[in-house]
Parts: sequence; structure tokens; C-alpha cells
Amino acid sequence: MAAGRASQRTRRGPGRHAILVGLSILLLLSLAPFLVVAMNAVKTPADYAAHGPIALPRSLHLSAVLEFWSRVDFTRKLWNSLVISLSVAALGVALSVMNAYAIGIGRVRGRVWFLFFFLAANLLPQEALVYPLYYLSKQLHLYNTLTVVIIIFTVIQAAFGTYLLSSVYDHFPRDLLDAAAVDGAGRWRMLVQIVVPVSWPTLTVLFAFFFIWTWNEFFLPLVFLISNDKQTVPVALGVLQGDRFMDATMTSASALIGILPAVLFFFLFQRTLIRGITAGAVK
Amino acid sequence: MTSKRSPSRSGYLVFLVPGLVLSTAVILVPLAMTIATSFTRWQGVGAPTWIGLDNYARLLHDPSFWASFRHIALLIISMAVIPTLIGLVLATVLFDIVAVAFGSRTASLFRSGFYLPQILPVAIAGVVWGWILHPSYGALNSLLEAIGLSALRHNWLGDPDLALNSVMAVMVWVQVGYPVVMFMAGLQRVDPELYEAAEVDGATWWQRFRTITIYLLRPEIYVVLVTTTIAALKIFGQIFVLTRGGPGNATLVPSYFAYKNFFEKASVGYGSAISTVLTAIILALTYAFLRVQARGELTERR
Repeated sequence: MAAGRASQRTRRGPGRHAILVGLSILLLLSLAPFLVVAMNAVKTPADYAAHGPIALPRSLHLSAVLEFWSRVDFTRKLWNSLVISLSVAALGVALSVMNAYAIGIGRVRGRVWFLFFFLAANLLPQEALVYPLYYLSKQLHLYNTLTVVIIIFTVIQAAFGTYLLSSVYDHFPRDLLDAAAVDGAGRWRMLVQIVVPVSWPTLTVLFAFFFIWTWNEFFLPLVFLISNDKQTVPVALGVLQGDRFMDATMTSASALIGILPAVLFFFLFQRTLIRGITAGAVK
Repeated sequence: MTSKRSPSRSGYLVFLVPGLVLSTAVILVPLAMTIATSFTRWQGVGAPTWIGLDNYARLLHDPSFWASFRHIALLIISMAVIPTLIGLVLATVLFDIVAVAFGSRTASLFRSGFYLPQILPVAIAGVVWGWILHPSYGALNSLLEAIGLSALRHNWLGDPDLALNSVMAVMVWVQVGYPVVMFMAGLQRVDPELYEAAEVDGATWWQRFRTITIYLLRPEIYVVLVTTTIAALKIFGQIFVLTRGGPGNATLVPSYFAYKNFFEKASVGYGSAISTVLTAIILALTYAFLRVQARGELTERR
């Protein structure tokens, strides 16, 4: 059946190889920035000065990476990003489950409006919230703490999670719930013992997305985390550009250090992500 | 649909309480405060002064405000329209030709490669490209020099005539993976017999692409266009890292314009007015999106 999809010409002749070559060039273009960054991050400044950015490195030197790492105390930034992203992912999933349980399975009155509210809450530009949140967090002595960032992103991510999960719970198998109700299970027990385990695959997709989205956030962490020991990875790298000690090799080292965790997550979550993108947006 | 269930509906409301309380504190109250502040003059300290619609009147006459929205219109082209078009072609070629001739593993390898830029934090993508496009030590200018095209060397981000184009090119690179993934998934729905029939009728690949593929992928195209348009309206991180809105106002966007008013110029009232306009546009788009989607679902169920 697969054979029917391609015409004779593209399936056999030289055409398919031309297409493969063309696609490979495009792929190379797409990956070139990663390669160029990696290549230059491992050069010595002298090698860079002598041969420029597009020559292959003469030898493998991690000095720029290591120096950048210790100068910005990168371990600290990784830890901050990890604490924020893991907390938001876990709390955001929990909050989404509770909301979606009420809306999708409980079908509370006004559910359409709740859904619209949560979707709008997720899509709002963060500029519309930032100043009051900044002002209020100062009043509450939460400014420049990881806590305030965790709370804000938990709510924003859970707003999306609620929207997505409610439509999943809309189609939740009723027999399972009815059987549990006959056994005398209350709503809490139904949630914990049936709804959560049955929807576990969807919840892991949500968890992966919340984690990565939060890791990648820039605007609110930039505003709320101002001291060096509180910054996240993207904020630390973003604000350093143009700094005096950032020469060419140091800049590419900083870019490489920022890329590596993202690529690691990509390989960890790849299947989950692609399954999620396609299942999430189009039902 | 069976609505006969023993426990009453109201019993579920308690599960919504934490979500509603938190959303009120983090979203509703701040949003209301921003809208209210947009009718005042306020420096962030002391009491705001009520000035009615003055901030909005000022917006209408502010060339920076109009420039920021003109730039957004161009960014929508580079973040939504162009990636969708490229994504359609790439996804179809991968699904229709590469997967058939070289196996689906090869096709998904390409898909992952095109998707990779999407997972970079926006600020990191900015760092990478800021370095590549750097006028003196950047890789692009060195490459042009090495292949004998020194005349094409430019100050990509520092030249006011070029900066926005450079940012647009970067955004195409960032965005293209998302439509590829979405459309390849959508193509799984396509019935191969439909293609075979078209082929028997003598349709060329291009004709099939135009009439069948695009028609069948309408829901995905729609979702991609809407979500990427909203993302373009909210763009901040890339601009902050690459150009800070400059040189001059050459790459100013609404979110960065608001940020500058909030935190650099202490014109909180004016910044709030900009944010309120942006919010209104995004909410209107969301509402229209939901209306159209609901209508689509109704016709599908029929």
C-alpha cells in the first residue's frame, strides 16, 4: 500500500536521490548553528584568532567552557533552573488534574466558561501581568525568590493543562467510574485510584512539556530573579551578552553550555514530546 | 450522552477551588490592576494619578507604538506564514517520498533534525545567532569572506535597514520544525487510496499536493497558524538578546516596548496601556479561534 503514495518517477529513478540530497542540505542548514557553536567552544582564543570561526579546531580545549562555567557559577544556575522547572511541572500537573477532574468528569456548571478562562489565562501576554505581580511580590517579600516564579508558572502552565486535560477527561470511560461508585468510592478515591492511573500517559506528556516550557522561560525570570545566585540558565546567558569578558570563544562556550541541557531533554523526552505535540493541539 | 450519574455535579466544584483561587491571585487581579493602571500616570511609587484615556491618546500619536506593530506584522510572516509554507512542503516530501523510498526511520530522522531548533530556550537561540551574526568575529561574515563574497558582509544586527530582516530569518529557523511535526502527524490520516486514485487519473505530484494534501491538513494548518501568530505577538526573549529593540527602534516589538516603559523609563501607566492593547488583540484572536474550532467540530460530527 505504501507504494501507491509515490509516483513511479520519484520512487525509483534518480529523482528520489536528488530529493534526499536537497533535504540533507536543508537539514545541514538547520543544524549548522549547533555545529558551529560546538566547534568554536572547544578552541583556544589563539586558535580562534589565527584561523577564524569556520576552521575546524586544531585541538580540543575545554578551557573556555570551564572558565565560563566557574565565572558565572553555572552549577548554581543549573540548580535554580532544575528546582523551578521540576516544581512547576509537578505542581502544574497536580493542579491541572484537579481542575480537569471537575470540568471534564464532574461537568460542573459553567464549564465552557471555565475552559475559556483557563485557555485565555495561558495565552495572555505576560506583560499584562508583570508589573502588578512585581509590585505585589515586593509587598509580600517574595521578590527575587524562586518561590514566586514557581507559583506564577504553576498557574500559567496549569491553565493550559486544564484546557487540554478537560477534553481528555470528557471521553473518560464512564464504566470505570460507575463501577467504583458502586463499590462506594468517594470522589477523592475515584480521582486517586482510577482517574490518575488511567490517564497517566497523558500526565507524563504534560509533565515533560511543563518542564521544558518552564526551563525555556525568559521574560518573567528576567524580571523576578535579579541576583546572581537566583538566576536561571537562560536569564544568566541572556543578560551576559555584550559583557566585557565575553570574547568570541567565551560567547560560543556560553551558547554551547545553554544548548547542552536543551539537547539532553530533547533526547530524553523526544517521543513524549512529538506524541504530545500531535495529540495536544489537534484532538 | 448519558448525564445520569448518582453523585451530584456540585460535589465536584471543590476540586476547582485551588485552581480558581490561584488563578485569581496570579492572573485575574494583576490583569485588572494593569487595565486600571493604564488610565493613570504612575511611576511605580506613590499614588497613581487618574488621567482617563490620555495614555491611549498618546499611543495613537506615538511612532514607536506604530513601528512596534508594523514589526509584529512582519514577524507574523516570518514566524507563522513562511514556516507553515515550508513545513507543508517538507512534511509532504518526507511523508510522501522519503518515507516510501528510504523508510520511515529516515523520514523521522529528518523530522527530528528540523525540530531541534524548537527546543532551544528562546534566549539561547538569541545567544547562538547573536554570535553567528556578530559583525567582526561572527561566523557568517567569516564564511562569506572565505568563499570570496566579502562584498556581502554586513553588520547584520547593527544596521537599521537589515536588523529586522536578520531577526526574521532567525525566526524562520526557529519555527520551521513545529509545522513539520504537526503536518507529518496529520498526514497519517490520509487514505493512500485517495492518492492512488488521483495518480491513476493522471494528477501530478504538485496537483495532488495542492488539492488533496492541503485540503486534508486544514485543521493542522489552522492550529499552526493561530498558535504561531499568538507566539509572534508575544515575542520578547529573542529581541531582548539579539537587538534590545535596536538599533534605534528598528526591531522594537510591543512586549519589549512595554518592558522598557515599565522597568527602564518608570512610565508604568503608559506601559500598562501598551500591554492592555496587546492583551485585547490576543484575546480577540483566541475567541475567534474557539468559535471557528467549535463550528468545525459541529460539522465534523454531523
